[in-house]
Amino acid sequence: MPAVSKGDGMRGLAVFISDIRNCKSKEAEIKRINKELANIRSKFKGDKALDGYSKKKYVCKLLFIFLLGHDIDFGHMEAVNLLSSNRYTEKQIGYLFISVLVNSNSELIRLINNAIKNDLASRNPTFMGLALHCIANVGSREMAEAFAGEIPKILVAGDAMDGVKQSAALCLLRLYRTSPDLVPVGDWTSRVVHLLNDQHLGVVTAATSLITTLAQKNPEEFKTSVSLAVSRLSRIVTSASTDLQDYTYYFVPAPWLSVKLLRLLQCYPPPEDPAVRGRLTECLETVLNKAQEPPKSKKVQHSNAKNAVLFEAISLIIHHDSEPNLLVRACNQLGQFLQHRETNLRYLALESMCTLASSEFSHEAVKTHIETVINALKTERDVSVRQRAVDLLYAMCDRSSAQQIVAEMLSYLETADYSIREEIVLKVAILAEKYAVDYTWYVDTILNLIRIAGDYVSEEVWYRVIQIVINRDDVQGYAAKTVFEALQAPACHENLVKVGGYILGEFGNLIAGDPRSSPLIQFNLLHSKFHLCSVPTRALLLSTYIKFVNLFPEVKATIQDVLRGDSQLRNADVELQQRAVEYLRLSTVASTDILATVLEEMPPFPERESSILAKLKKKKGPNTVTDLEEAKRERSTDVNGAPEPAPASLSAVSTPSPSADLLGLGAAPPAPAGPPPSSGGLLVDVFSDSPSAVAPLAPGSEDNFARFVCKNNGVLFENQLLQIGLKSEFRQNLGRMFIFYGNKTSTQFLSFTPTLICSDDLQTNLSLQTKPVDPTVDGGAQVQQVVNIECVSDFTEAPVLNIQFRYGGTFQNVSVKLPITLNKFFQPTEMASQDFFQRWKQLSSPQQEVQNIFKAKHPMDTEITKAKIIGFGSALLEDVDPNPANFVGAGIIHTRTTQIGCLLRLEPNLQAQMYRLTLRTSKEAASRRLCALLSEQF
Amino acid sequence: MVWIRFILIQNRAGKTRLAKWYMQFDDDEKQKLIEEVHAVVTVRDAKHTNFVEFRNFKIIYRRYAGLYFCICVDVNDNNLAYLEAIHNFVEVLNEYFHNVCELDLVFNFYKVYTVVDEMFLAGEIRETSQTKVLKQLLMLQSLE
Repeated sequence: MPAVSKGDGMRGLAVFISDIRNCKSKEAEIKRINKELANIRSKFKGDKALDGYSKKKYVCKLLFIFLLGHDIDFGHMEAVNLLSSNRYTEKQIGYLFISVLVNSNSELIRLINNAIKNDLASRNPTFMGLALHCIANVGSREMAEAFAGEIPKILVAGDAMDGVKQSAALCLLRLYRTSPDLVPVGDWTSRVVHLLNDQHLGVVTAATSLITTLAQKNPEEFKTSVSLAVSRLSRIVTSASTDLQDYTYYFVPAPWLSVKLLRLLQCYPPPEDPAVRGRLTECLETVLNKAQEPPKSKKVQHSNAKNAVLFEAISLIIHHDSEPNLLVRACNQLGQFLQHRETNLRYLALESMCTLASSEFSHEAVKTHIETVINALKTERDVSVRQRAVDLLYAMCDRSSAQQIVAEMLSYLETADYSIREEIVLKVAILAEKYAVDYTWYVDTILNLIRIAGDYVSEEVWYRVIQIVINRDDVQGYAAKTVFEALQAPACHENLVKVGGYILGEFGNLIAGDPRSSPLIQFNLLHSKFHLCSVPTRALLLSTYIKFVNLFPEVKATIQDVLRGDSQLRNADVELQQRAVEYLRLSTVASTDILATVLEEMPPFPERESSILAKLKKKKGPNTVTDLEEAKRERSTDVNGAPEPAPASLSAVSTPSPSADLLGLGAAPPAPAGPPPSSGGLLVDVFSDSPSAVAPLAPGSEDNFARFVCKNNGVLFENQLLQIGLKSEFRQNLGRMFIFYGNKTSTQFLSFTPTLICSDDLQTNLSLQTKPVDPTVDGGAQVQQVVNIECVSDFTEAPVLNIQFRYGGTFQNVSVKLPITLNKFFQPTEMASQDFFQRWKQLSSPQQEVQNIFKAKHPMDTEITKAKIIGFGSALLEDVDPNPANFVGAGIIHTRTTQIGCLLRLEPNLQAQMYRLTLRTSKEAASRRLCALLSEQF
Repeated sequence: MVWIRFILIQNRAGKTRLAKWYMQFDDDEKQKLIEEVHAVVTVRDAKHTNFVEFRNFKIIYRRYAGLYFCICVDVNDNNLAYLEAIHNFVEVLNEYFHNVCELDLVFNFYKVYTVVDEMFLAGEIRETSQTKVLKQLLMLQSLE
C-alpha cells in the first residue's frame, strides 16, 4: 500500500509548517504567522487572478493558522470559491475550511448552500460525499431548512452508491438532532427501516444509528425495526468468524454493528411476537455462550470486541428484566469478570452489576459476590474502580447485609480519597437509616461517621439523626448516653458538639439520674467545648443552656452566670448577644410553668422524604440514583415498617434546620410550598418536573457563571432553543444589566416568563428591579430585559434567573445563575508601594485576611493574569511588590451602607503550577467571597 | 440520545493534533475542554482503566507512544466499543500513512480530517471495515 508522503501536493504548506515548528519562541511564531498572513492577503487582493492550486494552498495555510489558535478574519470568500472547483482536492480544502471555520449565521451561507446543492445534484459520489459531510459537520439550522427535504430522497434512492447512503443517513441524523421540527417523519421512514436488510454492512451500521435516534422519539412509527434488527443480529452472531470478511474484527463478526443493533432493541420492550422473542433469546444465549468459549486470539482487541457485544447484550437483558434465566447467567458472567486481571473488565463488571442488583430476579445472585466487591474496595488501585465498588455495595445492600456493608464502608471511609468521601458519608447515612432494625445501631453509625469524617458530614446528615431521635422515643435515652460518652473525647468534631448539644438539650434528663452524668457534669462538658466552636454552634449551645434551665432547676444559677458574662452579653456577634440577653431575661422573669411551656420538648417532625437521599440524588444527577431507588422502592414497601415517604413529594420544603427550630429564634420562615416561586422560595425540590418548580441549574451554569466574574458581556446560556446574552455596566454601588433572550427556533415561545430569584439573605443585601417582558417571543426574535441593581451590603450568593415558557406544546424550564458578584462594585484605587504596604499591615488581624493556595487550572500567562485582575475590578499596581512575578491590586467595594477597602496579592509558583492568593479587606465576609471568586479564575 | 461529543488527539505536552467537535461549543469552551481532558488523562497510568468520568460525560482514551486518542461520549454508552473504535481508527491511520507518527498528523492535518469523516460522522460510527475505508482513501488520493 503506497504511503502518503509529508504534505505532498502542497510544498509551500509543508515549508510553512516546518518554519512554524522551528520557531524558538511564541514571539517568533507570531512574527512568522503575521508575515504569512500579509503575504496571503496580498495574494488574495492582487490583480493577478489566482489559479485553483494557489487558492487551495493559501486557504489551507489559513486553516492551519486558525488551528494553531489564531483568529482568521479573511479568506472565507476564497474558500467558498473553491467549492465550485471541479478538482476533488480543491473542493475538499474548501469544504474543510467551511466545516471548521464558518459559523452558522455567516452571510456566506447562501453561497455555501448553493455550492452544496450543486454537488448533491452532481451524481458524482465523491462530490456528493463531500457535500453531505459538510452538512453533517456544520449542521446549522439554515442547512436543515435548505436540505432536510432533499436528504431522505438521496438516502432511499434505488441507485445511490453505498458510501453516499451511509453519509446521507448520518447527515439526516445530524439535522434531526439540531432541528427536529424540520425533519418530518414521512413516507421515507418505512424504507429507512428496510435499510437494516441492506447487503452492505456499512450502510446498515450508519442506518442503525439513524433509526435508533428516530425510534427513541417516535417508537410507534419505527416498531417494525425490532424484528428486522433481531434477524440481522441473529445472522451476525451465528456466523462463523470468517463469514463477514471485511467486517470481522480480530475474529469477532461485526462487533460495532452488533452493539448498535442491541442498543436499538433497548428502545423497545421485549418483542411481543413469540417467534421474534425466541430468536432474540437465542441470540442473547449465543453471546453468553461465546463468552465461555476459549478465545480465538490472545490479542486484547479480540477480547475487547467480544466483550463490547457481551456488555451490550447484558444491558438489553437488564432492560427487558423479564428472563430470570438470562439475568442470572449475566450475573454469573459479570462475577467472573470481577476477578479478571484486566482493570477495564473489573470496572465494567462492577458498573453493570449495579443495575442487575435492582432486578428482583438477579438481586440474590448479585449478593453472592459481596466478598469480592468488598475486597475490590480494599485493593483496587484506580479510585474510579473503588467508586464503582461503593456504588455496587450500596445497590446490593438489603436488610440481611446492611450491618456488614455499612461496617465495610465505614472502615473504607478512614482511607478513602477525599473526592468521594462526602458521597460515601451520604450513602452510609441512607443505608443506616433505611435498614435500621435497631435504632441504637443507627445512632452509633452516624456518630461514627462524624468521628471518622466529620468534615464531610453535611447538615442534612446531622439534621436527620436529630429528627429520627426526636421521632422515636425508644432510642432517646440511648442517644443521650452515647453522645454524652462521645463528647468525653478530648478532641471531638464540631458536628458532634452540635448533635450532642441538641440531644442533651432535649433528652439530657433521661441520663441525669446517673451521678456520672448529672446535670452539672453535662453542662460543664458542653461548655468546655463552647469556646472552640463557631458562632452557629455557640448559638445552638446557648439554646441548649436555656433548655437546661427548664430541665434542671439546680443548674439555673450556673447558667445564668454564664449568660451574664461579658463574653455573652457583650458579644460582638449580634445573634449570640441577642440570645444571651433574651435567654437571661427569660430565665429571670418567667415562672416555672411558662418556662416549661416555652421550652417544651420538640414535637415529632413530619415524615417526609429523607433530605439526605435528596442530596445524594442531586449529587449524582437525577437519572443515576432516582431510577434505581424508585425501582427498589416499588418492590420493597416494607422498609423499616415506618410509613414510607412519598416518592419525589411535591411538598418542596427542605428540612427545617433543628438549630433554627429551637425556640424559633433567628429562624427563617418556611418556604412557601407550591407555585410559583416569585421570590424568596429557593428551597424547591430539585426532582419535581412539574411546571411550578424551578428547574435545577442548567449544566455548565457554574462554569458560565465563573466566566463572567472578570467580564461583563457575553453569552450566558445557550441550548437548541434559547440563547441568553448579557451586557452589564456597574458604577460604584449601582449597576444595570441588559438580558437578551434570543429565540433560536422558527416557532413562537409562549407564556415566556423570566423570574429573578434571590434567597431571603441575598434580598436584604442586593436589590434588583426589573419589568416583566412580553410573554410571546417570535421565532428568530430577541427580547430584552433591563435589571437595575443596587448593592446594599456585601453579599455572597448569586441570584438565579429562571425562565419558563412553552415551545411547540412542551413546557421548558431553565435556571441559570446570574453573574452579579461582589467584585462588580469595585472601584480601582491606585497607590504607591509605600502606601500599599502600610495599609496591608493595618489590615493584619486574622479575620481580615483570607488566603487560598490552589493549583493553576489554566496556563500561567502573565498578560492573561493581569487582564483578569483588571477585569476583576481592582487596580493592578505595578512596581509595588518587591518580587516582580507577583501581582498586587487595590480597590474599594461600594455598597449603599459602607465602603470596603480591599487589597489583594497573587503569588504564582510556576514550578509547582500553583498560586497563593491573599485578600485583606476591612470585612471578613467580603475577603472570603472575593477570594473564592478570584481563585476560580486562574 | 447517545453520540460522540468530540474526538481529540493530543500529545503528552498537551498539543492538539486533531480536534473534531460534534456538538456546538464556543472557542473558549473548546480550549477549556482541551486543557481539562489533557489534565485528566495524562495523570493516569497502565493500572488505571481506559475510562474517565468527565463532567456529565466520560472519556474513553488510549495512549499510543506519545499520543493520546480520546473520545468523549455519554456516561451510559458502550466503553469497549469506543475503545476498539479508537484502535480501528489508529490501524487505518497506520496503514494509510505507512507507520504513522505524530509528524504525519501535523503535516497532513487536512487529510486526517478526511480519514475521520470516513469512519465517524455526526458523532456516530460510520464505517468500520478497514478494507473499505482504505479503498476509498486510495481512490480519493488518486484524484489529486
